[in-house]
Amino acid sequence: MSSPVVSLNPWTDLSTMWSYPYLRNALIAGSIVAIIAASVGWMMVQRRQSFLGHTLAVVSFPGASLALLFALPASVGYYGATVIAALIARQSSDAQTADDRQSNATIGTVQAVALATGLLVISRSSSFLTSTTSLLFGSFLGITSNEVLLIAVVGVVTGVVFIAIARPLLLATFDATEATAMGIPVAALNVVFAVLLACVVAATSQITGALLVFALLVMPGATAQILTPKVWKGCAISVGLGLGILWLGIGLSFYLPRLPLGFCVTSVGFFAYLVSHVLVALRSRPHLQGNVA
Amino acid sequence: MTASLSTTLLAPFMVNAFIAGTAIALLTGAVGSMLVLRVELFTADALSHVAFTGAMAALLLGLVTGVGLLIACISAAVVLALLGRRIGRSDAAIGTFFAWILGLGTLLLSLASTSSSGSTGTSSITVLFGSLFSLSSTGTWLAVIGSTLGLIALGIVLRPLIYSSIDASIAQARGVPVVGVSIAFAVIVGCATALSVQAVGALLFVGLVAAPAGAAMRATTNPFATTALSMGLSVAAVWTGLFLSGMIPSVPPSAAIILVAAAFFGTAKLSESLVARRAR
Repeated sequence: MSSPVVSLNPWTDLSTMWSYPYLRNALIAGSIVAIIAASVGWMMVQRRQSFLGHTLAVVSFPGASLALLFALPASVGYYGATVIAALIARQSSDAQTADDRQSNATIGTVQAVALATGLLVISRSSSFLTSTTSLLFGSFLGITSNEVLLIAVVGVVTGVVFIAIARPLLLATFDATEATAMGIPVAALNVVFAVLLACVVAATSQITGALLVFALLVMPGATAQILTPKVWKGCAISVGLGLGILWLGIGLSFYLPRLPLGFCVTSVGFFAYLVSHVLVALRSRPHLQGNVA
Repeated sequence: MTASLSTTLLAPFMVNAFIAGTAIALLTGAVGSMLVLRVELFTADALSHVAFTGAMAALLLGLVTGVGLLIACISAAVVLALLGRRIGRSDAAIGTFFAWILGLGTLLLSLASTSSSGSTGTSSITVLFGSLFSLSSTGTWLAVIGSTLGLIALGIVLRPLIYSSIDASIAQARGVPVVGVSIAFAVIVGCATALSVQAVGALLFVGLVAAPAGAAMRATTNPFATTALSMGLSVAAVWTGLFLSGMIPSVPPSAAIILVAAAFFGTAKLSESLVARRAR
């Protein structure tokens, strides 16, 4: 790959990037994934389920390696494993009381079993190093048009489901007793959301690798939560941030080829998170704000 | 068969694995029960990613991997403990932090693999998944000494730690130094992470702290009893796992240990729900 030069004109830079077919696929698939991951991830942050989200991300690794072992398409492994894990993790915490400690331990154990299984499977295959590295760290720039199509379909379906359940789910999140009294099926919604999270994680990990899904899931939501306490505004900010983080990240790693994509995306996200902390701190202290402005 | 098995079990690497594994299991079992009590397993998850980045940084700077792990894990654990106090117990903040740390790790990995020979890929996999079988005798002694120190430190803070984990405000009112205790605990957790990364690897560390402690919690509600039981289950998981892995060479020791620990957890869960059903 000849190393491209930045023109400092965003439009020219963008059209240069667009002219590479592999990058075009990455940008399209990445944008879809960024939108659904940021909105569902924002809900995950509201529900304080980051540990569950991260565990599902981890589960996609043994899923994909099992699929490779049985010569199935990787997608089957990604979606199958994450959905099953979501059901196990949810089932257990609903069957028992809503004890934080128990469900915390269950989620941790599910994650470890997933990783141990992945290690077991992949240590039997000969291409141990390369496939492990690509499953864990992703092959963002090797996305085919078929994969883009699959991601688009999943994006539309998860988006529709998310919009349909978002309102009652938020109520169930903030006040479960009130929601139950209003006739909202809280337990069922919990399961539906876990499965939704699983599908989004599967779609995302297919392009970012198991280890970096979590960045797209948690960073926009966490940043939006700092910026505004308002509900729908927060979700919108989260989606905007998700897209911004992804595009800036891809752009950075395109023009600075020495920096891996994962590092660029997470750094842009972490920077946004820190900046929003500073902004909020300034806003809450008017006398400081005067000095700065 | 028996002859070959006893040869395998008495091989130096196996003896090292049993010694180091036992020491590390005692520490992770005890630390795990406290982590479960405090609902802080996500912190352990975060630390295991820090361990990866720390090891990559050590590789790049030419430091001993163990030293890099120890520095990275302890400092990150303390940062997370302080962060948790300032902005409340926010899992999203922890998540954002470790997602970036992991991104940093991928940068270091790519820098290391362009600057040195092809061994980097192997060492990154070793850090991620670990192997007790590849421990040197120096590594074994380090594990034993580190675990002993960690256990002594945990023993000193155990009582105030349990008190402040169950009800922080009452503990504070009674004069327990809640902040100091939680920072001391963070340092111990950092040590435990760094030590066990060599045993089961960064990615499987969460299982070593979650599964035995989770199983123990279902058997008893007394925090002291839970801790003791968790340590016992953890050692049992490591021994059974090492034994299995010695018998079936295609099963990596880390995977065997975690799967045995998870089987304990599953059994505890099943028997608990059976008992609950009979009581009803």
